[in-house]
Amino acid sequence: MSGKHQSLNIAALCFAALTLTSCAGRQQSVVNPAGPQSGQIATLWWFFLALLSAIFIIVMVLTALTLTRRHRGIEQEPLEATHLPPPQTEAGLTRVVTAATILSIVILFVLLVTSIITGKNLSELQDRKNPMVIEVTGQQWWWQIRYQNSDPQQVLVTANEIHIPVGRPVMIRGTSHDVIHSFWVPNLHGKRDLIPSRVTTEWIQADRPGVYRGQCAEFCGLQHAHMSLWVVAEPPDKFKTWFDGQLKPSAAPGTAVLQRGQQVFMNHACIFCHAIRGTSASGQNAPDLTHFASRRGIAANTLPNTMGNLGGWITNPQNIKPGNHMATIAMNPPDLQPLLQYLESLK
Amino acid sequence: MSPAESHVPTAEEQEQHLRTLENSWRHPGGITGWLSFTTHQAIGMRYIVTAFVFLVVGGILALMMRFQLAQPNNTFLGPDRYNQFFTTHGTTMMFLFAVPMMEGMGIYLVPLMVGTRNVAFPRLNAFGYWMYLAGAIFLYVGVFQNAAPDVGWFAYTPLSGPEFSPGKRPDFWAQMITFTEVSAMCVAAELIATIFKMRAPGMSLNRIPLFCWSMLVQSFMVIFAMPSVMIASSFVLSDRTVATNFVNPAEGGDPLLFQHVFWFFGHPEVYIIFIPALGMVSSIVVANSRRHIFGYTAMVLSLIATGFIGFGLWVHHMFATGLPQIAAGYFTAASMMIAITSGVQIFCWIATLWSGRLRLNTALHFVFGFIAIFVLGGLSGVLLGSVPLDLQVHDTFFVVAHFHYVLIGGALFPLFGGFYHWYPKMTGRLMNEAVGKLNFWVLFIGFNLTFFPMHILGLKGMPRRIYTYSPEMGWGPANLLATVGACIIALGGIIFIANVVWSRRAGKVAGNNPWDAPSLEWAAASPPKNYNFEYLPVVTSRYALWTPPDERVIVTGLRSNRREVLATTLMDAQPDHRYVLPPPSIWPLLTAIAVTIGFAGSVFNEWYITWGSILSGIALIGWFWPRRPLELKP
Repeated sequence: MSGKHQSLNIAALCFAALTLTSCAGRQQSVVNPAGPQSGQIATLWWFFLALLSAIFIIVMVLTALTLTRRHRGIEQEPLEATHLPPPQTEAGLTRVVTAATILSIVILFVLLVTSIITGKNLSELQDRKNPMVIEVTGQQWWWQIRYQNSDPQQVLVTANEIHIPVGRPVMIRGTSHDVIHSFWVPNLHGKRDLIPSRVTTEWIQADRPGVYRGQCAEFCGLQHAHMSLWVVAEPPDKFKTWFDGQLKPSAAPGTAVLQRGQQVFMNHACIFCHAIRGTSASGQNAPDLTHFASRRGIAANTLPNTMGNLGGWITNPQNIKPGNHMATIAMNPPDLQPLLQYLESLK
Repeated sequence: MSPAESHVPTAEEQEQHLRTLENSWRHPGGITGWLSFTTHQAIGMRYIVTAFVFLVVGGILALMMRFQLAQPNNTFLGPDRYNQFFTTHGTTMMFLFAVPMMEGMGIYLVPLMVGTRNVAFPRLNAFGYWMYLAGAIFLYVGVFQNAAPDVGWFAYTPLSGPEFSPGKRPDFWAQMITFTEVSAMCVAAELIATIFKMRAPGMSLNRIPLFCWSMLVQSFMVIFAMPSVMIASSFVLSDRTVATNFVNPAEGGDPLLFQHVFWFFGHPEVYIIFIPALGMVSSIVVANSRRHIFGYTAMVLSLIATGFIGFGLWVHHMFATGLPQIAAGYFTAASMMIAITSGVQIFCWIATLWSGRLRLNTALHFVFGFIAIFVLGGLSGVLLGSVPLDLQVHDTFFVVAHFHYVLIGGALFPLFGGFYHWYPKMTGRLMNEAVGKLNFWVLFIGFNLTFFPMHILGLKGMPRRIYTYSPEMGWGPANLLATVGACIIALGGIIFIANVVWSRRAGKVAGNNPWDAPSLEWAAASPPKNYNFEYLPVVTSRYALWTPPDERVIVTGLRSNRREVLATTLMDAQPDHRYVLPPPSIWPLLTAIAVTIGFAGSVFNEWYITWGSILSGIALIGWFWPRRPLELKP
């Protein structure tokens, strides 16, 4: 049975090793923080993990020791008569168990206090004076993103991709249009549920430029698996450039093919749900496509944004994301190519 | 009546007594008779067998899910079926396997352990079983009609509401809850009454076997927790059928109200499953370390404290909803506090094992497996109690790993240990020990291979309840490993079933007490007679069968020509009065059918509530129709 004890130790080692390797996780990682919030939580995680692993190993060693020859009674006086060990053994055990209990209480209290301190620190990572507020609305199965501003000219609506300036706390104001979703970008912060009829808030901040993946974390129906978003953290000047670019209406189609593509869009059911600023398309039920081509993914980042993927998606959305709410629109093959070119021109 | 006045019956008296006792406890014959059984062994066994069938069904669903997740972008199940499977898996394991299985073990063992002939309300017991069976069939009728629930076993609104889940899928979920909760309430009432009022004379509160304490605490938790889930599921059902809008945010209802009410049940539910398992561990440890349990009083107080604190944790399922920090901190403290009560019990078992003389049989193997897995699961639970950490790992595979460590390690391993421990009592034959140890190792290795990698998947950001993932996420290898592990668990299950079937025919004959265990069930025959004991025992110590045989006392003077038992006082178990249990009856089944018509029909048409109530009323009149001679003709 010492084999079991050994295998458990090996398991614990593997645990540590595998968690370490997860630091190299490319896209979503709890232990590869990119901001102060996730950094604080990761520190807390390592502290908890170290302490709890030590407890686990000690308990396992003690449990395994009960299996040694002496404890298995092979070299022990029979207990048959009284079914009780001698009083001095009992007294010794009582002392040890009492000490272990007190120690557990102390350790748990330490963990409680560190946890609450971390929680308090997290709640102070805010910028109440000059907040940058991004409203995130969960929808089955995509994210509407709205950069709030007191000046209506500066309000920006986009989808499935958030750009933030590095080093600045950003307030995410979350709500939902339909069912409960959860906003989660593990490299930046923990989850915040997006609840219909309620508004929840969370402050995120990126300390280094990068592209961080997020994913819906509350089960929201058929396509819960394909509801992800990107958070792009950029230096402030680059962010400003991006933001100003996004505020502009869509580029007018410059060539005959693009004009034809725009017509195809306007003449089909696309306009009932999608908006393209600068055109008459102003549907509000689906992602805003004004600068669609500047985004990294399509269908809430189910696929990378390439013309081929887009063609597959428009031709048969149910094939790629079964159950999603995009209508399958019958389209003549000669119409499709200009449409794709038009959409991919919306930088 | 009292121990002091008892006399030893003569051989002739004994023979006469035994004949009439056999006669008055005989099962009625024929199909109708079989449907009328009210003895606790029969009902308990029905619970155990039915619940085991659902363990297998739930396990097969889990295996299908593992196949779907084995590699990225897999299309084995697709989203619709995957969602139905994970919902039905969770629902089955919670409501149709774990709780009924623990209750079945309680119904079977508690009357034996406290030294009486049956549970306090035998007909209610039969009714409870039929309600459970009806609920299980109801859910699976839905499954086979492509109406399996697909909104998670927690059925959060508004996703489970009429707008986002048209059709009948969540209705099957919600109404199945009603069935199984009625059943659970019946069992809880009966076990509390049995443990409080029907203990053998002399079995004062401080002499109750720990398994009975655990069933007592569990039963009280059932009584306080189950009404809460019935309210939650009724919110969903009435919002869907008659537009009450309790929890529909579009009409001013509150989706968080549903979560509060649901988790007020949902967290204690874990302890409802796991506390009986702790009692099993204590029974196995005592029998196989051949010494008194270390720290009996501490163990009992820990169980009771767990029962209370278990109701103060529910909000840690809701940290991500953005509750105020003070409130969240309070629930963090409660979550950590419950680790102390579990810790005390672990320490006491280790101390018992440390100073005992171990018989390392299969049951004890499962106890060691339990300690290893459960301690890890408990520690990851401490981690989840911390708000900042929970915000990261909540609703990821880390949580999936955590609660499978707690539920499989904390409840299923003790349960399997319990099967190996009590199988000889229930069947008269021992299970094969060599196969049993193989069974343990296969399950232990398979379990860790399946669920350990899920911790890492969670840290790598894999959310729960996703039917697929893309290869770039890097989740493929760990998922494949988990699927391989799941297949090994399935192999372990097959080995167990083979051992059960083989041992039933060819196992070694056990005798009354193969483990030289101290509690009263081992004084009965294996398998027990319908009346359990020829003469009810009197108890003079906490470990009844470890008292020297010449100090053992029995109760005489109870009538054997009717189903008579002894009621004793609550604290000291002094003989109080004689109590006659009713004979077998078909009415519990008929009542259950009437209630089922009402419950099942109301999902489709609210008028069925009326028809069901009328039929139930008629059935209850039949059930309680006064009849005079309870005794049988000589």
